[in-house]
Amino acid sequence: MKVKVLCRNPDDYVRETTRDIQRVPRNYDPTLHPFEVAREYTRALNATKLERVFAKPFVASLDGHRDGISCIAKHAKSLSTVLSGACDGEVKVWNLPRRECVRTIQAHEGFVRGICTRFCGTSFFTVGDDKTIKQWNMDPPGHGLQEEPLNTILGKAVVTGIDHHQREATFATCGQTVDIYDEQRSSPIRSFSWGVDSFSCVRYNPVETELLASCASDRSVVLYDMRESTPLRKVVMTMRSNTLCWNPMEAYYFTCSNEDYNLYTYDMRYLKCPVNVHMDHVSAVLDVDYSPTGREFVSASFDKTIRIFPKDKGHSREVYHTKRMQHVICVRWSSDNKYVLSGSDEMNIRLWKANASEKLGVLSAREKIAANYNKKLIEKFQHHPHVKRIARHRHLPRDVLKQKKQQREMKEARRRKEQNVRKHSKPGSVPLVPEKEKHVVAVLE
Amino acid sequence: MAALLEDAAKGAHVERKTNKKPVKRYWEKTEDLKNSDQNTSHRSISTEKTADRSTATENTGSVKRRKGRRIPSGKQDPFPGEAPIPQEQLQKYQRGSKHNVPKGSERRLKEAIAWSEKVSELAQKQAARYDLLLPEDAGFLEGDEDEDTCRISQEDIADAVDITSGSKFFNLHLSQFGPYRLDYSRTGRHLLLSGRRGHVACIEWQSKNLTCEMNVMETVNDIKWLHTEAMFAVAQKKWLYIYDSEGIELHCVKKFNDVLKMQFLPYHFMLATASATGFLQYLDVSVGKEVAAICTKAGRLDVMSQNPYNAVIHLGHSNGTVSLWSPNQKEPLVKMLCHRGAVRSLTVDKTGTYMVTSGLDRKLKVYDIRALKPLHSYFLPAGASYLSLSQKGLLSAATGDIVQVYQNVWGGSPVSKPYMAHRVRGQVWGLAYCPFEDVLGVGHGEGFTSMIVPGAGEPNFDALDTNPYRSAKQMQEWEVKALLEKVQPELIGLDPGQLGKVDQGSFEQRHKERVDILGYDPLAKEKFKPKSKKKGRSSAGSIEKRKRKVAYEDHRDVIRLNVEEKVKHQKEKSSESQQLGKKSTLDRFRKQDK
Repeated sequence: MKVKVLCRNPDDYVRETTRDIQRVPRNYDPTLHPFEVAREYTRALNATKLERVFAKPFVASLDGHRDGISCIAKHAKSLSTVLSGACDGEVKVWNLPRRECVRTIQAHEGFVRGICTRFCGTSFFTVGDDKTIKQWNMDPPGHGLQEEPLNTILGKAVVTGIDHHQREATFATCGQTVDIYDEQRSSPIRSFSWGVDSFSCVRYNPVETELLASCASDRSVVLYDMRESTPLRKVVMTMRSNTLCWNPMEAYYFTCSNEDYNLYTYDMRYLKCPVNVHMDHVSAVLDVDYSPTGREFVSASFDKTIRIFPKDKGHSREVYHTKRMQHVICVRWSSDNKYVLSGSDEMNIRLWKANASEKLGVLSAREKIAANYNKKLIEKFQHHPHVKRIARHRHLPRDVLKQKKQQREMKEARRRKEQNVRKHSKPGSVPLVPEKEKHVVAVLE
Repeated sequence: MAALLEDAAKGAHVERKTNKKPVKRYWEKTEDLKNSDQNTSHRSISTEKTADRSTATENTGSVKRRKGRRIPSGKQDPFPGEAPIPQEQLQKYQRGSKHNVPKGSERRLKEAIAWSEKVSELAQKQAARYDLLLPEDAGFLEGDEDEDTCRISQEDIADAVDITSGSKFFNLHLSQFGPYRLDYSRTGRHLLLSGRRGHVACIEWQSKNLTCEMNVMETVNDIKWLHTEAMFAVAQKKWLYIYDSEGIELHCVKKFNDVLKMQFLPYHFMLATASATGFLQYLDVSVGKEVAAICTKAGRLDVMSQNPYNAVIHLGHSNGTVSLWSPNQKEPLVKMLCHRGAVRSLTVDKTGTYMVTSGLDRKLKVYDIRALKPLHSYFLPAGASYLSLSQKGLLSAATGDIVQVYQNVWGGSPVSKPYMAHRVRGQVWGLAYCPFEDVLGVGHGEGFTSMIVPGAGEPNFDALDTNPYRSAKQMQEWEVKALLEKVQPELIGLDPGQLGKVDQGSFEQRHKERVDILGYDPLAKEKFKPKSKKKGRSSAGSIEKRKRKVAYEDHRDVIRLNVEEKVKHQKEKSSESQQLGKKSTLDRFRKQDK
C-alpha cells in the first residue's frame, strides 16, 4: 500500500514572528475563483462610485486683483510661478504653492490684453489697451526702487494679444495686423494682414517654431509662416473664433474656441473640415489651453463653467463650476499636467485639479497600484449602463442645465425638420451634411 | 560531410582574413589580442574584423564588449528562448476563446482587440508558469498488486501515514441525540454538528477544541456556517435561527419557517433555504433581508444543492425531476427528469460541469449540466441516500451505513468498483468533504466519523480567497473586502460570465434604431458609382455598361449560392432515397432507434 495524505506544516503558512508580514500563498486556478466577471464588475462599480465620491477638484482661489482677470500666463521655467493681468491694467505675479501674490505691477492704463513670458523665463511681455508693449524683468526690483519696464514699444493701434517665439528673440503681437517684432527693435520686422481689421489672438506653433496662427474678427483663422511675407492660408467659419491653442505633442493640430459654443480641432494641413467638433458649452467659448501631454484640453466659457475635453472626443469628460465663479475669461493648464488655472470676471484666479478625484501628495506604492487597478477596472466596464451612468453624471448649475435642455430640443427640432424636408423632396436634392462640415464656410490659400 | 566541408571553407576564409593585418595603432595591444582570439571560435574573429573595418578607433572597446556577452566556454545556450509551458497547464488558465476581429472594422478596434489578446495571453502564460511554484501535491492511495484500494481499512491508512494525518481519522460517539448533520466552514478549520434531537456543537476539529455546545431543545433539520466562523444558521422545527460562535442566539427569522435544507452562497452572502411547504427562500445575510421567496409548487423540498460555479440552486423532487433556480425568476431555469422514482440526493462539482444524482430507483446518474445530457448511469444495489463531491472530484455515496468513495465518475469509462469504502456504526445522515484536507466527515445515528480519503482535497489554497491559516486581523480584512465585492443576486444565472460578453441582441436593436433615426443604413453596402473616365469612355452607354457589369457580378454571387444550396439538397435527397431503396417491407417491424 502506498499512501500520501495532505498534511501541511503550519510553519510554512504562518509568519515566523509578529514583525514579519503575513504569508499569502496564491493559487491562480480559475476554479478556485468563481464569479470572476461578476466580482470584477462589482469592484468596477465600487471604484466608479468612489471616484465620484473623491471628486473634489477645487484646490484654491487666488484673490487680490481689483478687476476682472483678462489673461493668465504660465512661467516658461518655473512651475510655481504664474502671471495674471487684470482689466484695470494691473499685473500680478503669483506663487502657487504658497498661494499668494509676490509682486504687483501697474503695467498699463486700461486692460492688460496679453502676457507672455520669454522662453528663458528671465523676463515677460505685456500688452495693453494703451497701445504699448512692455517688457519687464522677472525679478522684482530692489527695495525702494520703482517698478520700471525694461523696454517699452509704443504701437500705432491697440494690441490685443502677444506670444513669444520658442527659441529666438522675436515675438508676435496682434491687433489690426499681426506683427513680428525683434526684441532689439521698436518697430515690427514683419507685418501681416489679409483684408481683416482686427485679430484677437496669435499663437506660435510649439514645434514648427516659425509658424503662427491667429484668430481674426472676420470669422477666420489665419496661418502664417514667419519667414514669408504673406500669410499661408485661412479658414473661414460660420462664427468668430476667440482664441486658439496648438496641440503641443501633435503640433499640426490646433483647437480654436468659437462663439457658436463649440470648439473645433483642425489639422493645419487640411483645413477643409475640422478633425473634431467639441460640443458641450452652452455659451460662447472664450479660451482654450492644451495639457502638456497633448491628450486633453481645457476650455473656459461665458456660461461660467470650464470643461475638460479629450482631444479626440466630441464631448467633455469633466465640467467645473462654483457658485461664485462668473464668466470665465481665461484658462491655462499647468506644465506638470496636474492643475488647471482659471481666471474669471469676479477678480479671482482659481486652481483646480486636472483629474478631479486624484489624490494629491506623495502616494505609497500600494496606493498607486490600487489607483491604477481601479482606473483599469473603470475603463474595462465603462460601457456597462450602470457604470456609465455613475461615471458620466455631473451636477450642473440650474441655468446651464436649462440651456442645455433647450439647445438639445432646438437641435432635435432642426434635425427633424431637415429629415422631413428630405423625405418630401427629390432624392439627393437635400444632402446629408455631417456636423463637421457644417461650420466651415471657405478655405482660402 | 557537407557540414564538414563548410567548416573547412569557413576556416580558410577566416585564415585569409587574418593574414591581412590591420593598420597598427599605438593604443592597441594587437599581439595579446590576436593570440587569445585565435583560441576562440571563428566568429569572434570575424566580428572583430567587421568592427575593425567600420570604426577603427573603437576597435579594442568593441571587441571587449562582444566578448563579455558570450558564454566564456564559447558554447551555445542549450535552452534558447523562453521555457516551454505544457499545453494542459495553459489550457487550465484559458478563459474563453480568442476574439475574431470583425471584417472591415476600424483600425482602432483592431488594435484594441490585438492588444487585449496579447495582454490576456501574457497573463495566461504567467499564471501557468506559477503552477511550478505551488508548494503542495495532492494525496493518493495505491494498493499493492492484487490489493483493492477499497479493501484497505481506515485504521491501516491512519497507521501508515504520519501522526498528524493519522489523527484525522476519529469517531465521536454521540448516541443520545441521534442522527447527525454536519457542515465544514469554508476554510475547513471548523466543523458544525447538529443532532436531530437538538444537539448543536461547533468544533475546531483538527485540535479537537470545542468552541460551543448546546441543545436547542427542538428538532434540528439542518445547519450551515455563514460567511465566517463567527455565525451559523440552524433550521429548527419551526423557524430559522442564527447563532454566533459562542452559541448565543442572534436572530430568529420568522419569515423562514419549516426549513429542511439550507445552502450558503458565499460570494453573494445569501442563505438559500428549502422548506417543507415547498418554498425556496433567499436571505441576504449581510443586510438581513429576504431577497426572494419562490413557491416551487413541488411539495416538500428535502433535496437541495448549489452549483458553486454559478450559484444556481438545484432542487430534487419526489417525482424524479431536478429543477434549477435563481432568485430572479419565479419559474425554474431548467427542469429535467432524472429518475423514475423520487430524487434522494444530488450534488454538483465545483467547476459546474457535472451533476450527480441518486434516486429511489437505486440509480446513480452523472449529468453534464452545461449540455443538460446524461453521461453515465450506475446501479447501486442499496441506492445512495447521500452524495457529496470533493474539490478534486471524488464522489462519496452513503448507502445505509456504508460510505463508498468513487474516483473518476465522469471519466470516459464507467466506474466498476469504489475507490474506498468504510462502514460506520449507524445510518448515515450527513456527508461532507472538508475543504483543503483529505478528510470526509460522516454524520450518522451514533455520532460522527472523520474519514481519511487521500486525494480528496485541493492541495493549494489561495490565501486571498480562503486561508485556513489566517490570523484574526487577516480575517477582518478579508471580511471587509468580501463584503465590498459582494455579488448582487440579480447577477445569478446559468452563465456567470454573461456580464463580460457583448449583448448581440441589443446591438441589432440599436442598429435598427439608428437606421430609423438617420433614415438610412450607415452599414449598408455603398451603391456603385462608376468613375468618370476620359477620352470618350465616359459616355452614357459605357457608364451603363460598367454598372451592368458590377450588377451582374452581384447577381452571379446570389445565383452561385442558390446553385450550391440546390446541389446540397439534391445530394441529401439522393442519399435518403438510397437508404429507402435498401429498406425492405419487413423493416417496419424493426425497433425504432428514436
